[in-house]
Amino acid sequence: MSNNKCFVSGDEAVALGARLARPNVISAYPITPQTIVVERLSEFVEDGSLEAEFMHVESEHSAMSAAMGVSSVGARAFTATSSQGLLHMSEGLHYASGARFPIVMMNANRALAVPWSIYGDQSDSMSQLNSGWIQVYVEDAQEALDMTIQAYKIAEDGNVLTPFMVNLDGFILTHTYELLNLPNQEEVDEFLPKYETENKMDLENPKSLCFSSTPLDNLEFKYQQHMAMINSKEVIEKVDKDYGDKFGRYYGGLIEEYKCDDASVLLVTVGSVTGTARVVVDNMRSEGIKVGLVKLRYMRPFPEEKIIELSKNVDKIGVIDKNISHGYEGTVFTHINSALSKMNNSPKAINFIGGMGGRDISKEDIKEIFKSLLTTNEDKEKTVQFIGMGCEIDE
Amino acid sequence: MSNEKINAKNITEDEYFYGHKACAGCGGSVAVRLALKVLGKRTFSVLPAGCMSAVGFIYPQMAFSTNAMIAPFPATGAMISGVAAGAKALGIKDFHAVGIAGDGGTADIGFQALSGAIDRGDNIIYICYDNEAYMNTGIQKSGLTPYGTKTTTSPAGENLPGSIRQKKNMFEIVAAHDIDYAATCSIGYPNDFLNKLKKAKKIKGTSYIHVYASCPTGWGSPTNTSIDLAKKAVDCGLWYLAEYENGEFKLNKNPKKFISVKDYLLNQGRFKHLKEEDINVIIKNRDKKWEKIRKNWL
Ligand SMILES: Cc1ncc(C[n+]2csc(CCOP(=O)(O)OP(=O)(O)O)c2C)c(N)n1
Ligand code: SF4
Ligand SMILES: [Mg+2]
Repeated sequence: MSNNKCFVSGDEAVALGARLARPNVISAYPITPQTIVVERLSEFVEDGSLEAEFMHVESEHSAMSAAMGVSSVGARAFTATSSQGLLHMSEGLHYASGARFPIVMMNANRALAVPWSIYGDQSDSMSQLNSGWIQVYVEDAQEALDMTIQAYKIAEDGNVLTPFMVNLDGFILTHTYELLNLPNQEEVDEFLPKYETENKMDLENPKSLCFSSTPLDNLEFKYQQHMAMINSKEVIEKVDKDYGDKFGRYYGGLIEEYKCDDASVLLVTVGSVTGTARVVVDNMRSEGIKVGLVKLRYMRPFPEEKIIELSKNVDKIGVIDKNISHGYEGTVFTHINSALSKMNNSPKAINFIGGMGGRDISKEDIKEIFKSLLTTNEDKEKTVQFIGMGCEIDE
Repeated sequence: MSNEKINAKNITEDEYFYGHKACAGCGGSVAVRLALKVLGKRTFSVLPAGCMSAVGFIYPQMAFSTNAMIAPFPATGAMISGVAAGAKALGIKDFHAVGIAGDGGTADIGFQALSGAIDRGDNIIYICYDNEAYMNTGIQKSGLTPYGTKTTTSPAGENLPGSIRQKKNMFEIVAAHDIDYAATCSIGYPNDFLNKLKKAKKIKGTSYIHVYASCPTGWGSPTNTSIDLAKKAVDCGLWYLAEYENGEFKLNKNPKKFISVKDYLLNQGRFKHLKEEDINVIIKNRDKKWEKIRKNWL
């Protein structure tokens, strides 16, 4: 294991990870806060450090469509986007997963207009959970780099063949500089060999792809896609282990448990807020308070079994959502509750909505969340609460 | 590749688009079939939503014996560019990447992706088969529906003569990108079409072929008049055969005398409602167009 150190932003970490994964073609369209990824990759192609085609596409819809064209001949495709761009390619997201093209895409999590905001929340990717993509959410730049490499390994697995979205919180991760370990190319090449597939157009063995179905066979295709996503759970765990064995960094696979043993309450976080929550958990633990943290890394596939297992001995679960399904609740919360509903005696879960449009979620906010989880006031407690609200809410 | 012109005698008997479910007399399917005969086996085709993809890819009965796939409706230009880029990156040699889209998939929803592909100068051939409406969804008006056409969204009635706009000028719009090669064709002039495709095969860069392709179902015309109608459209001057190459326009056919526009129009259900005054509008516009063509392209 030989690692070089470098000091880069989250966006640059993704670009470096992508370069190490040796995509054949990059097709991407700029949008804040993803732009730096695209800029760096174009530079890598220019300076020859990445042997790939760089396509100047004229929109995100075309970025995704071009990536599908690339994948359709068995080549490796990379793209990146954010927010409005992700929505603009939504047609292509479902298309790519249905076509079983293992495209890898970085998404810089950013708020959705209106009101316009270039700052981070997770409304964009959470709105695309049904598009059939694997979705991982990272906590820092190192994980962003590592997951960009792992993404191909998982997506291209013959039992998975499902596109992969690496999510980074806009600005908090994309624009923060960190010292990280850069794996060397030979080791990445050993870990991630060239993409080989039969799911491609082939001059020696012509095929039709992306065809139409009738009511007689549509469900069977969709079932296979569903099973592929379920299969990816095992592959994710294995790849996490193999990657750790080779490069020395393990992330826990679908989730990371942080001080969950003997905890009476758990907080579930997605993305960069996990880092803040770790500090709070450490502080509270040092005061003898039994709080635990679940870093939910993957929203698809959803680690239902793990959530159920962890919830068996706790009194309450808090879920932070940096998105909201208006008029209902946060999307992560909906998922956690769905898992809990499959238990015999499930703990109560409370949803905390915050961090929208780039608003900070502070250590104090998280401490408050834990405190409220620890006080048993079942009847009065609202299931969906807003944190860091700037005004009074009429009850 | 020889310099010999392709014609009915020497064209390959191999079929690459066969067993599809297009209507009898479908001009679009003739265009696709002929195009693939010229482009040959080593072709990757991308077709967006539209009649030709709807009739050619119904699992498990695939009508293409070359490599082919359906693109999202707006995405032909981008997807075929991606195919070309991927194949190039893998070192695949001696292949053609062709996008084949309808008038709606080209001039309207797919316009941006086409413009992007031409702008990049990608090594692709883009064929627009123009049946002058959104046929697959049931004959709605597109940007290439001509004046006076009755469609299901441009009804003809007391107040309107059907569509009230002229066709978008795709050929010149494409040429304005300074594309490597562009041509207009008609399935009524198959030799011209075949040999323009042959030329496009040799172009290193982007080619655009716009082929007029009748649709008996959408046009309300007998199924055995499709080729004849596509020829008449050229002969009466409502369509033209031209090329754009090396920055120059070239007119391939300059009819000394036009045949009757009225005869062309009134043999189709979509124009049957037209009054004398509407037909005069159409003739006036045709003459204006030809004045420009003859002045600038000859
Ligand atoms: C994004 C999107 N919008 C609308 C449609 C519906 N649609 C499918 S084919 C079609 C019309 C195609 O018209 P054209 O491109 O002229 O081809 P034709 O059917 O006439 O051969 C439409 C509107 C779609 N598939 N995708
Ligand atoms: S509706 Fe027209 S274009 Fe479509 S298959 Fe029938 S004849 Fe061909
Ligand atoms: Mg049409």
